[in-house]
Amino acid sequence: MHGIALWFRHLHETTGINLTIAYDPFDRARFLRGFLVTLELSAISILGSVLVGIVGAWLQGSRLRWTRRFVQGYIQLFRNTPPLVQMFFFYFGLSVLMPTVKNRFGMQQPLIGGFAWASISLIFFAGAFNVEIFRSGIEAIPSSTIEAAEALGYTRLQTYIHVVLPLATRVCLPALTNNLVNLIKTTTLAYAIAVPELLYVSNQIWSDSVNVPVMMVVLFIIYIALVGLLVAAMNAWERALRRPGLGT
Amino acid sequence: MYRRRVSAGLAATVIATIGAAYAGPAHADALQNIKAKGVLAVGVKADYPPFGYRAPNGDIIGIEPDLARDVAKRLGVKLQLVPVVAANRMQFLEQGKIDLLIATMTDTPERARVIAIVKPDYYASGYNLMLPKSVKLTAWNELRGKPVCAIQGAYYNKQVAEKFGVQVIAFTGVAEALTALKQGRCIGFLYDDTAIGGQLLKPEWSTYAMPLESQDAEPWGLAVRKGETSFYDFMAKTVADWHKTGSILALESKYGLTKHSKFVEEMHDKYK
Repeated sequence: MHGIALWFRHLHETTGINLTIAYDPFDRARFLRGFLVTLELSAISILGSVLVGIVGAWLQGSRLRWTRRFVQGYIQLFRNTPPLVQMFFFYFGLSVLMPTVKNRFGMQQPLIGGFAWASISLIFFAGAFNVEIFRSGIEAIPSSTIEAAEALGYTRLQTYIHVVLPLATRVCLPALTNNLVNLIKTTTLAYAIAVPELLYVSNQIWSDSVNVPVMMVVLFIIYIALVGLLVAAMNAWERALRRPGLGT
Repeated sequence: MYRRRVSAGLAATVIATIGAAYAGPAHADALQNIKAKGVLAVGVKADYPPFGYRAPNGDIIGIEPDLARDVAKRLGVKLQLVPVVAANRMQFLEQGKIDLLIATMTDTPERARVIAIVKPDYYASGYNLMLPKSVKLTAWNELRGKPVCAIQGAYYNKQVAEKFGVQVIAFTGVAEALTALKQGRCIGFLYDDTAIGGQLLKPEWSTYAMPLESQDAEPWGLAVRKGETSFYDFMAKTVADWHKTGSILALESKYGLTKHSKFVEEMHDKYK
């Protein structure tokens, strides 16, 4: 480890390529923490937003007019506003109305912190798109299939879980992959509300060491790898779910 | 051939004359010039309360304008205040738009190569912490592990995190950081001590204070043009006299800075 650090220090002195995250223990620690926060934020918001998509698409087919209107309103609100504005709104605007707790300094501290607000905002943002993506899959199911399920005595929920959703998922997987890729990249917006994810820590590091181009390249490589992993997993899932005769 | 040589000579003469006309004021003694004109032009800040800012009637007031007024009084001339910003203050001085620069300028070797920064320095600014009065802290070490709001890109963020183990929560702008402080997302706001001093003068921050010692203070210098030795000597004596009589300390009190700059206190003790 020490030898590697020395080599990167040498690299800086001879070439000007200043990878502080390789030889400065403080920078390395905070960069790794930032990487973990990005992973955590991505995982939580992917799972959350897919769940919102599945439930939202089911509610969209509800017999109750107001439920359908509510889902439609949610989609319009979150799809039509910039995610950065949503994040600021949640963190600085909405959190005024939220409960606070007394901390050990006797100050009123908001119960929901930056990380939680970033997760909530990303889940709602990507969730709005996911509802529409699942709807596109559901609409591809022939109505005769759903009628057949009804004839067999399935309730609406049972039909959705056992018949519609498995088939719809196969159809909408490519679109879902697209949206989740976008979601991973959108986690960087959390830097604006001081969530110490990758872009935030990189910004801190390049402010101290003025190695902006180097850190930019590092960020690029990491996000290409992260998104590459997700795409590979989603493609493998798509292949595993493939049924001859359904689609192409 | 002959004619060409004449015109070349003429051109050289013209250039030399223009050059002399421009170089003229720089060679004359600034101190005598100011006294002959009867006006001292001083560059000050107009957007940095309480060091230099606009009164409701538009006049520039503050600690630095008051120091400028004192210089004019010592010279027995009228004072003309010229508002400057960081990006133009040194050029204004070099071009002769102002005779003296007192504008929250940090004394750095790079700047001292271009203009004559008067020693001793008259003030110093470092970083400090704006805390609610309910948070009782006496030393920076007590901040270990505690969340503190800051500005992304400030040079002292890393230092504070490394040296005192503070958990720095950095925002993109001052307004965001102050909002987060107000909402209780952090226990304090890490910023330039002089700028915090200015914030604390506003009524909305009356329940906040700056109880800790400023860290990493960098001295501020006032400046005259290069080569103005007699004016430089006059200003060096003036600044030393300010330190001796404690007039900067008095001005801090006058403009509501209840916490005196440690640098100015030390200088006062040194010159007393």
